[in-house]
Formats: sequence, structure tokens, C-alpha cells
Amino acid sequence: MDVLTPHTLDEALRLMSHHPDAWPIQGGTDVMVSLNFDQGRPAVLLNLNEVAELRGWSRENGALRLGSGLTYAEIEHGELKDVLPALAEASRTVGSPQIRNRGTIGGNLGTSSPAGDALPPLLVEGAEVECASVRGLRRIPLGDFVTGVKRNALEEDELITAVWLTPSNAPQTFMKIGPRNAMVIAVVSLAVSAGDELRASFGSASPRPVLVTAPRDEAASFPERVAAAASPIDDVRGTERYRRHALHVLTARALKRVLA
Amino acid sequence: MTQTATPRTLQVGKIGELVPRIDAPPKVKGEFAYASDLIVPGMLWGHTVRSPHAHARILSIDISEALTMAGVHAVLTHEDVPGKKTYGLEFADQPVLAIDRVLYYGESVALVAAEHPEQARRAAEKIRVEYEPLDPVTDMELATEQPDLHPERPTRGHGYFDDQRPNVVRHMLIKHGDIDAEGDVSVSGVYDIGIQDQAFLGPESGLAVPDGEGGVDIYVATQWLHVDRAQVAPCLDLPLEQVRIHLAGVGGAFGGREDLSMQVHGALLALHTNRPVKIVYNREESFTGHVHRHPARIWCEHRATREGRLVNVRMRILLDGGAYASSSTAVASNAGSFAAGPYEVPNAFIESTAVYSNNPPCGAMRGFGAVQTCFASEAQMDKLAAALEIDPIELRLLNALKPGDVLPTGQVITGSMPIAETIRAAAALEPPPEEALPRDVLRLPGGAGNTTNGEGVHRGVGFGVGFKNIAYSEGFDDYCAARVRLLADGSAEIHCAAAEVGQGVTGVILQVARTELGIEDVRLAPGQTSTVDSAGSASASRMTWMAAGAVRDACRAALEEQQRRPGEEVDVEKIYRHARTTPLDPETGQITGERAHVAFAACAMKVVAEVDVDLGLTRIVWIGCAQDVGKAVNPQQVEGQIEGGTAQGLGLALMEEIQTRDGLITNASFTDYLIPTALDMPPVESVLIEDPEPDAPYGVKGVGEPPTVVSTAAIVAALRAATGRELTRVPVKPDDICLVSDT
Repeated sequence: MDVLTPHTLDEALRLMSHHPDAWPIQGGTDVMVSLNFDQGRPAVLLNLNEVAELRGWSRENGALRLGSGLTYAEIEHGELKDVLPALAEASRTVGSPQIRNRGTIGGNLGTSSPAGDALPPLLVEGAEVECASVRGLRRIPLGDFVTGVKRNALEEDELITAVWLTPSNAPQTFMKIGPRNAMVIAVVSLAVSAGDELRASFGSASPRPVLVTAPRDEAASFPERVAAAASPIDDVRGTERYRRHALHVLTARALKRVLA
Repeated sequence: MTQTATPRTLQVGKIGELVPRIDAPPKVKGEFAYASDLIVPGMLWGHTVRSPHAHARILSIDISEALTMAGVHAVLTHEDVPGKKTYGLEFADQPVLAIDRVLYYGESVALVAAEHPEQARRAAEKIRVEYEPLDPVTDMELATEQPDLHPERPTRGHGYFDDQRPNVVRHMLIKHGDIDAEGDVSVSGVYDIGIQDQAFLGPESGLAVPDGEGGVDIYVATQWLHVDRAQVAPCLDLPLEQVRIHLAGVGGAFGGREDLSMQVHGALLALHTNRPVKIVYNREESFTGHVHRHPARIWCEHRATREGRLVNVRMRILLDGGAYASSSTAVASNAGSFAAGPYEVPNAFIESTAVYSNNPPCGAMRGFGAVQTCFASEAQMDKLAAALEIDPIELRLLNALKPGDVLPTGQVITGSMPIAETIRAAAALEPPPEEALPRDVLRLPGGAGNTTNGEGVHRGVGFGVGFKNIAYSEGFDDYCAARVRLLADGSAEIHCAAAEVGQGVTGVILQVARTELGIEDVRLAPGQTSTVDSAGSASASRMTWMAAGAVRDACRAALEEQQRRPGEEVDVEKIYRHARTTPLDPETGQITGERAHVAFAACAMKVVAEVDVDLGLTRIVWIGCAQDVGKAVNPQQVEGQIEGGTAQGLGLALMEEIQTRDGLITNASFTDYLIPTALDMPPVESVLIEDPEPDAPYGVKGVGEPPTVVSTAAIVAALRAATGRELTRVPVKPDDICLVSDT
């Protein structure tokens, strides 16, 4: 296995176009697990850790650009936690502090797992995924970016370079259920915001991210609507029935927080 | 009798003193050499090919392509096992490598040794095993009516009840008093326990080094060096002397290293290639590489007088032993022996059955049969208290066992049994006051998940008490050897093959030696089979007692020898045995001599839990524990055992379960087999009850298992108090709390 370490985005994109089968690796919290479990043996690992353009976040004309290399720890502890509180709450639920120091939102998007903790709060905030290749840049709405369980719309020569969104500044929260009180993959998770409308998205309860919206005056029926929008399954982590029930309870509690 | 709250200030280095662990700093700093860190120049890496089926016939094994792969030095199957083809702790019913069938998912079928682990894995993929899948036996209730997986009946002829049904490993009956005796009230229940894993962090690992003369040295993380040697040597067709087992750094054991893992495999590859061979299991493999805690279903009926005196305890215990016998016979016996809990029961009818199946093999795990029955029996005691409207702690005190009482096996308690004192001490512990809202979510049910700010949260207090035996029972020749050398420079060197599995026996041995010899400069030589006789297993809460006895006796004998030959170096080996036990009668489960069990240790716990009843999420807030420890050799280590043992029981209560589908494990990773984190484990306040065991060296008892026996039961009691749910199965799932309609 070759490990290629570009130092600029241009170089990274060139390498990606030459090695379309390469596995991009940033924090490694998913990729290294796959390698350790022998779930794949890529010929090339594209190490993105030295690409400065992918790091950190910035404001551009009222919008936020979150680099794909932005870590959960940076979201949880920095200025962003006041701008994107639900994403910060979601970040706090990811793994352990060590994992949060390594794991990135770009990785979460790239894995496209239904359990990805960053996905529901980003979807509620109307995020778009910036994908780049030597052919150019494009932005894909997050809801369209994830196309199925661990599948997404990335072309084989493309890299996830950033997430774009305009903060709603709406009251918002994130909740996640696991069988223990830390370091869990979501049995079910939920992000809710209450701006001009009620918005919700959930994790581990549908193959793709789903956005549920309703007028603010329909808060009473919103928990039912959110639970009904889910298509959960039975698996080793939880039952379909529990997931739907929990979404109902969580949505009611979330509304209490965001409409307070 | 004394009750001692900790911490205490004591002298340094002798029995009873708070001695820091010598292995703690390197373990904390990541410098401790675990078995997985073993490395020697020129070593090869071994890899095990495992069955993807829970039950299948092997039609053929083709290794020809694997042999041609780069870096490969050996590919071995059952045909390459030179000696005995099977092994086992007591019953040699498990093939070293599968012969014509596989009986469980992950069973070892073939071995590869290669220059690099990746080469070994790739070669393993090229071994073509043709299987004919067979219907697996997966339901323990149906196993005794299904085709016999072991028609040769390896456990027959060992003095057990002669049960003719298929797939019975052992059927044990205890008939005590009038088994039909009626009470004024009766409560019944059925309880289920899922498969728990030891989940030690250091996976199975070892290094086998050929000695160039036909023999082999095996460096391995194990619990009993000499029993490994006794199983390995016949398989290699070598005399015992040519197989030397050395203890490598053990990353947790909890019973899961009693059975062999890589020992024979590594030695086979090493002798075949004449190169050192290392085998390290990965995490997924580790879940199939050792035995687990028996899952159980337990039917109970408790009859009592109106005043709350137990009249008759009737229990039927069914344990799924999985594919091979391992220690199922002893687990079934323990489950039966301690089924009624630490209570005086004039009449009892207890049936305990372990069966074979194609589920993951089960054997020893901390608590060893007593965990499962304590969960059932303590739930029954609470049910009885509710039916009688008696305080649950009063009910327990009313029935508490004491010296002179008779166990359901007919054994009279002649040693220490301070059950009432232990109950009272735990009951007297005061939990901290309820913390006001709002709180950081980390201190609410759901924790980091941020699922509640206090909505739905109910508080409950539970209580539990339990006990189990110390050391091996039922006539087993249980002994421990120690050797003491008094050297010319005034120092002493101790040899004892007691396995340091993290429990701290190394420190205990040094404390005993310093106490007896009156010197500070004492060294413990590395544990191995060739320099000292067996220490027995680091199991059954026996190692402190047994090693203390052996080292004490050897030290005293060495000092006497030194008196006789002043100025000379002294080298003395002594063997220590606890009081002899005898088997139970196979028809009645009654003792056939004075005792079937050596001694007992108890523990009582009070637990405060908060439960989010709408989501079924929990937070254990506080645990108060009183434990009957005999004599605390090192109070800090005793507290460590109480906290660790409690955490393991908490895991079973709330989250730990190996899940299977048709015998296949579906959650063989730490992503999906969850063990408690620091956020799940509450502070534990411990009180040590020091009531010396009359026959034990220094009055010690074992301390490792009682907290695990009790904490599962006590935690679920707290959840019941918080939720009003019956919660008859562990681990308790959120669904059991928020999606059922019982009351």
C-alpha cells in the first residue's frame, strides 16, 4: 500500500485524478478501523493531513465555509459552538476526546453512514457539500450528497473539500441515544431547530438524511411527523420500534428546548 | 470482628498494608510489556483459519495454494497434530484443529505461519475448506431433544447424575429437606441472562520458541501455567519437561484465559518451522477465541412463612455451555450450589443443567455460575418482600446465613459467614443527596447524548447480597506450590507460578514473604513451569489464599532450614493445600464428606440509579458496598477489585451481551459489544468486613468475584425501584423499560 501525502489542494486533486481508487484519509477514525478489520485493501492511501486548504473554517459573505478537515474538537471547543450549537452538541457526542481530536466532518460526510453524527445538524442548517476535482468545484445539497447507506454522489476523482452553510441563528439542539452514556454509535439521533419554521433531521433511522419541516404553529404534531418520516430497522444496536418511539420523545423534548 | 473503613494508614510492605502496585506505573505509562508486545528476531507470525459456520461437516481442506504464497513457512491442519488431537481443561472434547466437523462459529480449522502477519492472512484466504452446513442447535431449551453433538459423552463417568438426554453436559440435582414443603406465601419468576464476554483489553497472544532439541518454550498470557502444559504436551506428543510455559504480560483474564487459545497452535507452528512463532488475535477473533459467561434461563419459586422465613426454594437453572465442555460442569454445580443465595433454607429442590449447543462456547467467567443465580434469587427476595410487605433488607437479615447453618447441599458452615454484618454495613451507607437540576448532561441518564435535562428521570434505590465459594470444590486436588531461596547476600528469591492477571497476586506474594522473612529485599522470579510446581489457577477467588499459604509455608520452612545450616544458601519448595473437599452425591446433591466447598465470601450492595423512563436510559449514581474479605492483605487492591468487579457486573446489568443469529456472533467488536465507560461507572464507597477465615492463611478470603456476583442483581433492583418494571432479563435494554406495559 502506498501512502501519498500532498501538501496543497491542487496536488491532492492531481493525485486523486491519477489514483481514482485511492482512499482519502484525514483523521483516520473510520479508514483505520476499516483497514484494521481488513474490510478493504486500497492500493493507495491519500493522506490529506498536510493540505492546509482543508483545515479550519472561515466566514465568506455571511456564509460559513467549514473545511473538510475541521475536527469535532475544534467545533466543540471553539467559537463555532455559538454559531452552530447543534453541530457542537453533536460533536460532543462523538467517540472519546481522542477521537474528537482526530475525526473530521469531511470524514463523516465521506463515510456517509446513516449514523454520522454531524449529518442531522448540518442538514437542518441547509448545508451544501463542496466537492473538488481537477475538473473544478461543485456544491451539492447535503440531502442529495448522501445517496444511500454509505453511498454518496462523489465522483471517483473528487474530494470533499468543504461544507457551506448560512447559519440560521435559530434555536437548535442535538440529541443522541446510545446504550451507554458516552462513546457510542447512535441508536438514533436527532437535530431540531426552530427558526422561521420547525426543522428536524435524524440519524440511524433512515438510509439517507431526511429533512422534516413544519410551520412553527404545528409544534404539537411535529413529534408525530418526525417519527413518521423515519424508516428505522432492527439491528444489533436497537429495534425499529424503539427508534421510532425515541424519535417521538426526543422531538417533543427538543421542541421544549428550542421553543423556550 | 472488625469493620474497617478505608483509607487506612499502615506500615509499609507487609500483610495488611496499603502497598502501591509495582506494575501500576508502567501500565499507566504504556510501558508494560503485554503478551502482544513479545518480539524476538526471526520470528514468524501465526494465523488461525476459523469456521464461518456454527455447525458444519468438513468435506475437504485444500492447502496447496496457500503453501505457495509468498512468505509462507507452514500451513497445518489436524493431520499435523502429532499427539492427542483434542484438549480441554477437564474433558478433552475440543479438537486442536477441527477434524471432520465444526461445532461453533470461529472454531479453529487450520494454521498458517508466515514472515509477516499480512502474508499469513492472505495465505489463510487461499486455504479452501469445503463445508456442508448443518442445522445448528441454538436453543438451550430444545437442545436436550435435538441430535447429540457429543454422542461420545465426554463428561459421563465422572460421578455426575446419569442424564440420558442428548446434549447434557451435566445435570445436577440438589434435594434438601422436604422438597414439597409449602409456605404461607409463594412468589415465582423466570429470569434470563445474556451471554457476557470477559472483554479483556489484551487479546489472546503468545510466542512459541523452539529450543532446538525438540522442545518448546511458550510465552503466553494465561491464568494457570501448569494446566496449560498438561494440555499442550500430549497434543505435541512431548514429555512435560520439553514444554515450558512462561507467563507473559496479561491484559485481563476474568476466567477467559483458563482454556487454551494459541498455546498448542503456536507450538505446532514453531516446532514445524523451527522458528519462533507469534500469534496475536485481533479483536473480532478474540470474541471467538475464548469462552464466555453462560447465558441462562432460571425458573424460581420461593415459599416462605407469613413472617418472612424461607421455607422452600425451588429453582430450575438452564445454562447454555455452547460447543464444548470447558468448565460447564463446575459452572452448573456452582449455579446450583449458590442458587438460594446467602440464606438459610430448610428445604430446597434445585435442578441445574448445562447443555451443549452450537452457540459460542461458554466456561469460566468471574462469578462462575453464581452471577446468574444471584440475579434471579435476589429478584425473588425483593418480590417476596413486596408480597409480604416486609422491608427487603429486613427480609434478608431474617434469613441471613450464619456459622452453624446448613447449606442446601447439607454442608454445615464451620468457617466465617458474616452475612448479616455485611448486609447491615451496606444498608448503613448513606448515598449522597440527590443533585439538583439543572445539571451537566454528563450527570444525567443518556450522558453525553444530551437526551434529557431532567424530563422523565426517576430515581430508585436497590439492594442486593450474594456469595460464592472460594477455591476449587467437589474433591478437586487444589494446591499451590512456592519455592523460597535465601541467598548469601541476605536477600530472598521467591518462585511461585501464580499468574498475575492484574489482580495483584505479585504484591500479595511479596507482602507475605516480607512478613514471614522479616526482610525487605525480596524478589519474585518470573512465573514459569520449569522452576516450581503448579500454583493452580488464578481463578475462583483462590489465588491470594493459596499463594499466601504456599509462600508462608515455604518461608517458614526456609527459615528453619537456615537455622539448621547457618551461613548456607537455602532453597525450599512447599506445597499448600486447603481443606479437602469431596464430591456431591449425584442423586441428591448432598455432601459425601464434610464439605463440597472450602469457604465462602459475601458482598452486599446498595445502588442508587436514575432512569429516564421515557427513553429507557440509565445512570447509576452511586454504589455502596460492604464486602466480607476475611483479611485485607492490601486494602487498596481490595478496593480496586471491588470497583472493577462492580463495573463488570454493571456491564452485564446494562449493556454487555454477545448477540448471536443462528449461532453466529453479530457484534464481535468493541463498537457493538459495549463495556462501561467512566461515565457509566459511579463512585463506589466500600466497607471491608474483616472476619477472619479460620482455616486460611492470615484469615484471608478471596475478593475478586463477590462484587461481580452482586452488582448485576443490585443494579437491576435499583432500576426496578425507579421504573416499576419487572426487568427479568439482563442486560436490561431501553425497550424493556419504555416499551412494555407491565407494572
